[in-house]
Amino acid sequence: MYAQMIDTGLTKVADTADMSDDERAFQARIDDDVRIEPKDWMPEAYRRTLIRQIQQHAHSEVVGMLPEGNWITRAPSLARKAILMAKVQDEAGHGLYLYCAAETLGVSREQMIEDLHAGKVKYSSIFNYPTLTWADIGAVGWLVDGAAIMNQIPLCRCSFGPYARAMIRICKEESFHQRQGFDVMMSLCRGTPEQKAMAQDALDRWWWPSLMMFGPPDAASVHSAHSAKWKIKRLSNDELRQRFVDQTVPQSDYLGLRIPDDDLAWNEDRGHYDFGAIDWSEFHEVLKGHGPCNRDRMRTRVNAWEDGAWVREAAVAHAQKRDARAKAAA
Amino acid sequence: MSSEWPLWEVFIRSQHGLAHKHVGSLHAPDAGMAVRNARDVYTRRNEGVSIWVVRSADVHASAPGDREALFDPANDKVYRHPTFFPMPDEVKHI
Repeated sequence: MYAQMIDTGLTKVADTADMSDDERAFQARIDDDVRIEPKDWMPEAYRRTLIRQIQQHAHSEVVGMLPEGNWITRAPSLARKAILMAKVQDEAGHGLYLYCAAETLGVSREQMIEDLHAGKVKYSSIFNYPTLTWADIGAVGWLVDGAAIMNQIPLCRCSFGPYARAMIRICKEESFHQRQGFDVMMSLCRGTPEQKAMAQDALDRWWWPSLMMFGPPDAASVHSAHSAKWKIKRLSNDELRQRFVDQTVPQSDYLGLRIPDDDLAWNEDRGHYDFGAIDWSEFHEVLKGHGPCNRDRMRTRVNAWEDGAWVREAAVAHAQKRDARAKAAA
Repeated sequence: MSSEWPLWEVFIRSQHGLAHKHVGSLHAPDAGMAVRNARDVYTRRNEGVSIWVVRSADVHASAPGDREALFDPANDKVYRHPTFFPMPDEVKHI
């Protein structure tokens, strides 16, 4: 999802017998649904896993501004422009809530940004796809933010307090993002045949990458098992993906669009939609940096950071000068 | 010198006459910028009518290890709550 394939650094899930007293007490608190707070004792692997996950999530929010920012100047009306700007501002805010949550674990903001720029930490694969038409802004809001909400609602109950609290704020705001996306799609689908074709084209291109956002099937993953035991991750990738498909197919039907999957069919026995096989080789290629926009996204981020360096430094120098003046006057 | 801006804790008073409540933190070079950034980061939807910012380094917190020593003594003093004293039904306004 926004945090995909988080490495816990562990090779097996520990038994209670193997745990130290601290670890047992920690696990007991988690099992009792007591939130872990920054100054509480925690296993190093828990800390590391959370730092990786929250950081990846934060980077995703920030990089996620780029495909949408691409359309601010070309939104089809002033209202759409204002709405899109508000949405992109929210993404910036979400990134900031999350960076701060990660910082409570002892990693600095600069370190996180350096890690992103050095390619040590990823952001969600989804933001390496281009937004080619205005309909893509609709599809991103509807599908990408829809998938994000699906993942983020369980994170509101995550065992780590600052992350859970950030997620509560984010979920409240994210719902606007999904609805505005669906609203863009509705307008296009009610428009001319060309506009509806544009909406269909956007769905065709965003559907599979959206399903990949949930990450590979994780039933056999040690990392997922650990994250589940720690209540960092509360539902499996496949469970979340299935929920997303079940929720989205009727919405697509409403729009009169066709989901680009010949195997998609309601399964009466399961009470869920069956859907076709996902091309995981594409997902892994994108994660490795070979998606359509990986290099462009990173270049934009690095340039923003480097071009802004003098502003950050000047602001500190200005604050120090004023401090010094105030002290001299006192 | 690192140009990393110091961390500030942000407190917002919502419109309902409540106390300022901690909402999160942010980086800013000085208090003035911290208030402006807090406005952008934490009040995009009318969440507040007043903002406090405090340097995180100036917050002194109780230690998690002291939790029992600090807070357990209150556990066995239920008589501090009015519900500890049952009142006869006939007695009103108390």
